[in-house]
Amino acid sequence: MITHLPILQVVIPLMAAPICLILKRPQLAWIFALAVSGLAFAISLVLLQQVMVSGVISYELGGWQAPWGIEYRIDQLNALMLLIISTISTIVLFAAPESLDKEISKDKHTYFYVLYLLSLTGMLGIVATGDAFNVFVFLEITSLSAYALIAMGKKKQAVWASFQYLVMGTIGATFILIGIGLMYQMTGTLNMQDLAQRLPEVSQTRTVFTAFAFVIVGVCLKLAMFPLHLWLPNAYAYAPSIVTAFFSATSTKVAIYLLIRFTFSVFGLSFSFTTVPLQTLFMTLGVLGIFVASISAIYQHNIKHLFAYSSIAQIGYMIVGFSISSVSGLTATLLHLFNHALMKSAIFLALAAVAYRVGNVQLDNLKGLGREMPWTMAAIVIGGLSLIGVPLTVGFVSKWYLLTALIEQGWWPIAVLILLGSMLAVIYVWKVVEIAYFKESSGAPVKEAPLSFLIPIWTLVIANVYFGIDTRFSVEIAQAAAQSLFGGGL
Amino acid sequence: MINIVLLSLLVVIAIAIIRMKDLFAVVMLTGIYGLLSASFFVAMDAVDVAFTEAAVGAGISTLLMLVAITMTGRKEKVTRHKPFAALFIVLITGGLLIYGTLDMPLFGSADAPIHSHVAPRYLNDSMQEIGIPNVVTSVLASYRAFDTFGEVVVIFTAGIGVLALLFVPRRKEEDEKIASINDSMHEHHLVIRIITKMLIPFILLFALYVQFHGDYGPGGGFQAGVIFSSAIVLYTMLFGLSTARKVINQGFIQLMAAFGVLFYGCVGIASLMNGGNFFDYNVLSDDPVAGQHLGILLIEWGVGVTVAAIMIIIFFSFAGRRELQQHSENNKNRESL
Repeated sequence: MITHLPILQVVIPLMAAPICLILKRPQLAWIFALAVSGLAFAISLVLLQQVMVSGVISYELGGWQAPWGIEYRIDQLNALMLLIISTISTIVLFAAPESLDKEISKDKHTYFYVLYLLSLTGMLGIVATGDAFNVFVFLEITSLSAYALIAMGKKKQAVWASFQYLVMGTIGATFILIGIGLMYQMTGTLNMQDLAQRLPEVSQTRTVFTAFAFVIVGVCLKLAMFPLHLWLPNAYAYAPSIVTAFFSATSTKVAIYLLIRFTFSVFGLSFSFTTVPLQTLFMTLGVLGIFVASISAIYQHNIKHLFAYSSIAQIGYMIVGFSISSVSGLTATLLHLFNHALMKSAIFLALAAVAYRVGNVQLDNLKGLGREMPWTMAAIVIGGLSLIGVPLTVGFVSKWYLLTALIEQGWWPIAVLILLGSMLAVIYVWKVVEIAYFKESSGAPVKEAPLSFLIPIWTLVIANVYFGIDTRFSVEIAQAAAQSLFGGGL
Repeated sequence: MINIVLLSLLVVIAIAIIRMKDLFAVVMLTGIYGLLSASFFVAMDAVDVAFTEAAVGAGISTLLMLVAITMTGRKEKVTRHKPFAALFIVLITGGLLIYGTLDMPLFGSADAPIHSHVAPRYLNDSMQEIGIPNVVTSVLASYRAFDTFGEVVVIFTAGIGVLALLFVPRRKEEDEKIASINDSMHEHHLVIRIITKMLIPFILLFALYVQFHGDYGPGGGFQAGVIFSSAIVLYTMLFGLSTARKVINQGFIQLMAAFGVLFYGCVGIASLMNGGNFFDYNVLSDDPVAGQHLGILLIEWGVGVTVAAIMIIIFFSFAGRRELQQHSENNKNRESL
């Protein structure tokens, strides 16, 4: 069975979704979904361990040799992504029943779990596959389930936010499909490794340039890179709290994975960064994104909006690291990808707890919450410190690596801008702290969140601190992944 | 020549769709657009795709949009807003697409990469390896079976998404009240009702034919599923949702949707159990080619069942919403009187 782990990683949550629908009773569906997600987590751990020991794993679906059949291909990068997705999914799911009780009517809980599993399947599928068209198929599963999950939000605006996301997301997916189609036309293959071998031959053609442009713009829409980020704040703010916690840590990360995969592995470093001026473009947009999004975050009144803008700013950091196009730059991006997943899921899960007790997450209703919900608010504070990049948190580690990578290239001005961007994070995090701890509470006092929230929240918070101190695990994998990408390996 | 005519018709219709304000006409035009695309695909020798497009693009999606505009109103809202920036971006995108065509291999050229790299094996060896004459089916159901599995899950996801947003549980007495109002409404269409009743068995039979004939000619689970569901939709339109629900209730149809996906997946699991890779049909039987036949037959069933079930679910959800809306409007009217 161990040789089949790559496919089981995706197929188990996939088959679990229809089973969930048959189970019908929400409680049962939840336990089942949680068990399946846990199993996916276990599989991803084993896969990661296998990849680190014995290198790339390839799995031929249907027994058909690639490029005729579809190939699953797990290298360090894929394994890291699989681990991030399945871990966050499992931890977040733990708090789901309580949170859903307050936000979604009871008769729709089962559908929620079905869609949640489908969304998990989609993301795992995008990451695990080594076939460009297969990416698109699983992208569709992820997107459709995401639209539905976001639209299930309590407020009316959720449907509108979801619709905006649907329009932007569909354009993004279509662009990616057009790009894949053009690549297929010029090479006759859909397998990523095969594409990587056959694209250089035709890399000077206008068709391949067009394909590249479409894939990149499509992926950037999906990852909410400035200035294509407009769908994200509302989608995150109005989605059910659990969905926000899950997506903030995973969905844009999957898009960043695709960006890295397509530029480094499929089109190749020399095409992406020499033929096309991607470096200047992405560096500029990354830095602009950090500033515009951080400043927008400062002016928000809804905390979910605030942290959604902060997410766009954090994506900016990842894009800057990516655009350095050096091993250390890419390491910084991958580290930040891992670390940001930990911070944002902790913060949004804590906000889910706030929403559970207070009913909404308006900044004004946070008054005095530092005393009434000490554990929840402490989690938000630690997550916030991590966002700023204070030492002993994960945020510090990734910022440190990013700065070193920039200085290595002698890009001092950018490094200074990155530090200034972190100052902006201090302002928006302080806004939350000030209201929660230094304002008198106005309404009726609320109780601390139940343990079903606190356990997953604090698991993530402890991970935030642990990986901020003991960086061996995360840095080793990120470095190995970055090196293999630069080695031209796939 | 015929390609040029069809393509220019497509352009004309696309522009008409953008310009029109009457949503009813727009929906009708999208139906025609689907049918024209289908004809275009036939001219390009992509008969299987044409079949799907005709069934989905021209058939069921037009119908769903019609149900939607009965709820939202027929006229588009007039906006003074002139989105020039958007037009600019669209023009750039279009320009880039045309720019991309400049270096493409000529249409139909025999030495184009798509004809010389992966495809030759499909064309030359699939008869020995899989043993069915329709190469399209060989590719989608065996060589790339996992993509097709993914597509079925996409459809499943869409159906569950619609349920998650539109499903309203109803109490029984309420349901009966709505049913009685609707039944009286449907009785006017006597001629259509009788003709429909005569047609439905043939539509169902045709769906089954398409389902099983996929190995030899154009067709397969996707098309069959849509055709099957169109028979149910036709019945529902003329005999009312409540009557149709008596035949196919919500729980049963959801079970079917889930069952199709599971069935497809279980073929893969069976391959694993027999020592092959996921979806390796060779191991399903002693003779590899027989195994391929069996595998394709089974997964096509899974596709057909899920597609039919999901189409029915989506239609029922839309129609159910509409009934509720009418019901509440009736109540309001009565109160105001």
